[in-house]
Amino acid sequence: MSHEQKNRFVYADNAATTSVHPVVLAKMMPLFGEVLGNPSSLHAKGREAKKYIDDARSKIAGILGCEAKEIYFTGCGSESDNWAIKGAVKAYLDRHDKDTCHVITTKIEHHAVLHTCKALEKQGIKVTYLPVDENAMVNPDDVVKAIQEDTALVAIMYANNEVGTVEPIKEITKRVKEVNEKILVFTDAVQAVGHLPINVKDLGVDMLAFSGHKFRAPKGVGGLYVKSGVVVKTLIEGGGQEKGKRGGTENMPGIVGMAEALAIANEEMQDDNARLAMLRDDLIRRLLEIPHSRLTGHPTKRLPGTASFTFEYIEGESLLLMLDMMGICASTGSACSSKSLEPSHVLLAMGLPHEIAHGSLRLTLSHETTQADVDYIVESVKKVIERLREISPLGRQ
Amino acid sequence: MYSEKVMDHFTNPRNVGEIPDADAVGEVGNAKCGDIMKIYMKIEDGIIVDTKFQTFGCASAIATSSMATELIKGKSVEEALELSNKAVVEALDGLPPAKVHCSVLAEEAVKAAIVDYYKKIGKDTTELEKQCNGCCASCSAHEHEHATHEE
Repeated sequence: MSHEQKNRFVYADNAATTSVHPVVLAKMMPLFGEVLGNPSSLHAKGREAKKYIDDARSKIAGILGCEAKEIYFTGCGSESDNWAIKGAVKAYLDRHDKDTCHVITTKIEHHAVLHTCKALEKQGIKVTYLPVDENAMVNPDDVVKAIQEDTALVAIMYANNEVGTVEPIKEITKRVKEVNEKILVFTDAVQAVGHLPINVKDLGVDMLAFSGHKFRAPKGVGGLYVKSGVVVKTLIEGGGQEKGKRGGTENMPGIVGMAEALAIANEEMQDDNARLAMLRDDLIRRLLEIPHSRLTGHPTKRLPGTASFTFEYIEGESLLLMLDMMGICASTGSACSSKSLEPSHVLLAMGLPHEIAHGSLRLTLSHETTQADVDYIVESVKKVIERLREISPLGRQ
Repeated sequence: MYSEKVMDHFTNPRNVGEIPDADAVGEVGNAKCGDIMKIYMKIEDGIIVDTKFQTFGCASAIATSSMATELIKGKSVEEALELSNKAVVEALDGLPPAKVHCSVLAEEAVKAAIVDYYKKIGKDTTELEKQCNGCCASCSAHEHEHATHEE
């Protein structure tokens, strides 16, 4: 390995988080200083801060295709998920004066959704966790079949964070509403907003969650679209912010940053998603040259920057650490990288056996990724896998 | 997360490979759990004159395999039997708590190889096999080890 290569650094973990876009940062900087007001204050500085939030709300609403009053700001994607699910269930129980109802979700959701559903189950709520096919795709027929008389909510992610599969949310929503238009449809679009064109009215969903740091806004700010007329009980009580729906002084600089980042992401999406998908496909094609490798997730219906794999006879944490030493930041769903000693629930739901799920690798590219970065990743992954297989007792029999 | 010594033994593992005419071979773990260690020993006059290993697993599994072979090389078979996972962990300047169970793999592989050797030379292994079945047959067994060896 040459000296130059040793110093190379490639960040390929953009599904975990992204860097703040320099333009976003520049826009935010004055908001930590001179624009010091609390948006709830009546004085000039308060009104100034309020105006920034209003503008940001309108900007985001314009991009997502809804009205400003339908956008609520939160502290993160997980809060949006918790709020949408718990708030919708609580509203249903109150409206029907019942102590239980039914929720439909899938086995491949983010833990913010899965653990929220598990917590609701402990409170007596019935939850159906739908299976997926080998590409992590949810079948809309399965959703329809799972509907019960007291189904209050369908919560299905827009795109999977581990394998990048994009789910048929528009069709699912249409089919659910055909059966019972009162059932609310929520989509966790944390991996999709800022990466794929999304219009909430066209999708027809009732709620949609997003998170700023997945599209180059800072960490600590997220949002929830709630369709006009849909009642969701408040999760965080407080001083009447967000029309009384979400207490807590607004993260004004973060909100402004998120709106700016989404506007930039929306432009880059149009200009650069085709190039990004080509890079991704080049990476996929070349890594699949490795014997006993497979692509995980749908071959075509996937996020433009997400390439995910399994490699047999090696373990993901070893692979990740060796890539780290070569300057490559990636991610794995191996048990050894988790606290649970269980491999990724997504890969298991896709039907992969434990021994294969242990050897998973996720590489998530961005608009800043270059062909040279992809070349370096391919060369490094091939080297590391060859090395780990030399050490492994498997795979040579 | 990992000590420098763990990273050193992970990135430059000592004694990797096979010994085709080994006097003892032990294999423990399973692919479902995500770690397997296979150890080979060349034994002359009751002394482990050479040892090599192959491991499928995470960084701590590879590092503990490497360290275990270093610790038993040149030792008598009886001394090698005394090797504990704790000793391997200490020699590596510690492992994160969630990873301590990985070190059990190395201890068990060494014991399994010695059982294999004793059987070859006609020595009774009943007591030894009671201590360790030589192969964690399932992940639940693995979890059990995790619980018993971690303190």
